[in-house]
Amino acid sequence: MNSAIELRNVSLSFESKRVLDNISFVLGEGETLFLLGVTGSGKSVLLKVMLGLLKPDSGQVLIKGQDLVPLSEEDLQPLRRRMGIVFQEGALFDSLSVFENVAYRLREEHVADEGAMEQRVREVLRFVEMEAALEKSPAELSGGMRRRVAIARTIISTPEIMLYDSPTGGLDPVTCLTINVLIAKMRDLQHVTSVVVTQRLQDVYELVKFVYSGEKQTLVPADGAATSRPATYFLMLRDGEVFFHGNEQDFTHSQNPYVRKFLT
Amino acid sequence: MIGAMITGALKRWVQAVQEFTFLLSDSVRYAFTAPRYLVDTLIQMDVIGFGSLPIVILIGFFTGGVLALQSYRTLSTFGEVGLMGKVVALSLVLELGPVLTALMVAGRNSSGIASEIGSMVVSEQVDAMRALGTDPLRKLVIPRLAATVATLPLLTILADFAGMLGGYFVSFYTVHLTTEEYWTSAYQSLTYQDVTQGLIKPFFFAVIISMVGCFQGLHTTGGTEGVGRATTRAMVVASVLIVVVDFFITKLLVGIGFF
Repeated sequence: MNSAIELRNVSLSFESKRVLDNISFVLGEGETLFLLGVTGSGKSVLLKVMLGLLKPDSGQVLIKGQDLVPLSEEDLQPLRRRMGIVFQEGALFDSLSVFENVAYRLREEHVADEGAMEQRVREVLRFVEMEAALEKSPAELSGGMRRRVAIARTIISTPEIMLYDSPTGGLDPVTCLTINVLIAKMRDLQHVTSVVVTQRLQDVYELVKFVYSGEKQTLVPADGAATSRPATYFLMLRDGEVFFHGNEQDFTHSQNPYVRKFLT
Repeated sequence: MIGAMITGALKRWVQAVQEFTFLLSDSVRYAFTAPRYLVDTLIQMDVIGFGSLPIVILIGFFTGGVLALQSYRTLSTFGEVGLMGKVVALSLVLELGPVLTALMVAGRNSSGIASEIGSMVVSEQVDAMRALGTDPLRKLVIPRLAATVATLPLLTILADFAGMLGGYFVSFYTVHLTTEEYWTSAYQSLTYQDVTQGLIKPFFFAVIISMVGCFQGLHTTGGTEGVGRATTRAMVVASVLIVVVDFFITKLLVGIGFF
C-alpha cells in the first residue's frame, strides 16, 4: 500500500521549548491514525506540520511521497488541495455565511457557474445534514453545527487526506456521535485517509468498533459488516515525543501504565 | 540578569523589524501579481476610506478653526490679519492636514485592522484560510494596503479643505475678514511644491497605518487578551511612526531643495 503521510524524524521547537521531538511514522492510503496525548503534548502542532502550516526545524514530511518542508507557500497549494483539516472550533470565517464558507474553496478556484456551485454546496451540506443552515451566519450556529459546516467546507473539494483536530472536544455525546458518523462516512464511503486528534476514548471506540453502512445510513458493528476497512493505528505523544505507536491490538493490549490511563 | 533582559529585548526588536520588512517587501512584490482580491480591496476602501470620512472632516474643520483663532492673536499684533488665509492654508496643507488625518485614520483603522486580523489568527481562521489554499498576504494584507494607499491622500485633501473652511468661518464671523480676502490669501500662498509635499506624505503614512495594523494582527498570540494588546500596540506604533516619519520626510524634502 502506498503511503499517504510519512513523517521522518520531525522535530520542532518554539523558542527554547521542544514541541516535537524526532517524530516518525507512516500512514497508508485509506488508513486511520488516532493521535492521542494530554493537552500540550504537541498533537495540534503535529497536524499543522502535516499540512505545512508549520515548518519543522528538521526532518521530512512526505505527503503522497512529496516532501513539503522545502516547498514555498505557493508550491504547497496543490498539495493542500488534496488535504483537508477540521480545526478544534471549526475556524469558520465569521464574516461569511454558511453558504459562502462552504463555497470558499470553489470561489478560490474561480468556479464560474453559480448554479453548479450552489448545487455542490447543497450536496456537501446535505452530507453533513446542515442544508437548512445555508443562509445562517457562523455566529448563529452551535459548536457541533459549526464543526459539521467546517467538515462540509473541507470535503467540498473531495480531499484524499482529512485531519481532524479534536473534532468532538467540548460537545455533548449526541453531537459527538454525529461527528463520528461523519468521520466514519468519509473513511468508509470515500476511503479518505484520516488523522484524528482526540482525548475521548468514546471516539476511538465508535470509530474502531463500527463502520459506516451506506445501506443503513448509520454506523454498524465492524465485526458483522460486509466490507472490511483499512487498518487503524494509534500514536501517543508525551512531551513532544512518540510514547506509543501501534495498531488496535497493540493499543488495547498494552500494559504500559501511561497508555492504560487512556484506556480506562 | 539585566544584561540578558536587554539582549533579549533587543533581539525581539530586531526580529520584529526584520519580519516587518519581509512583510512589507512581500506585500509590495505580490501586489503586482495575480491572484488579486479586487472585491476585498473595494470593501476595505469603503471601510477605511468612506468610514473615516466623518471624523477626518470634523477634525479638519475644527483644526482649521482653532488655527485661525490662535493665529489671529499673533497676526493682529503685527497688523497682518489679512494673512490669515495664508497661515491656515500653509499649516494645513504642509503639516496638519496630512499628519492629523493619518493619526485619525491610524487610531480608527490601524487598530481595527490589527483586531480583525488578530481575532482571525487566534480563532485559527488564518490557518484555515491557508489550508483552503489562500495566501493571507494576498487576501488580508494587500487589499488593506492598497485601500489605505488609495484613500488616505483623498481623505487628506478633504481634511485640508474642511480645515480651510473652518478657518474661513472663524475669519469671517470672528475676525470679520471678507470671503475674498481669506480665500485669495489662502489660494495665492500655496505653491505647487507645497501641495505636492502635502500629498507625498499620505502615501508613506498609508503604508505605515496598514502594514503596522496587519503586522500586529498577524503576530497576535495569547487569545482575546492578545488581540487587545495587538490592537493597542498597532495604534501606538503607527501613531509614533507617523510623527517620526513625517519629520524625516520633511527633512528629506528640505534637503533636496523641494521648497
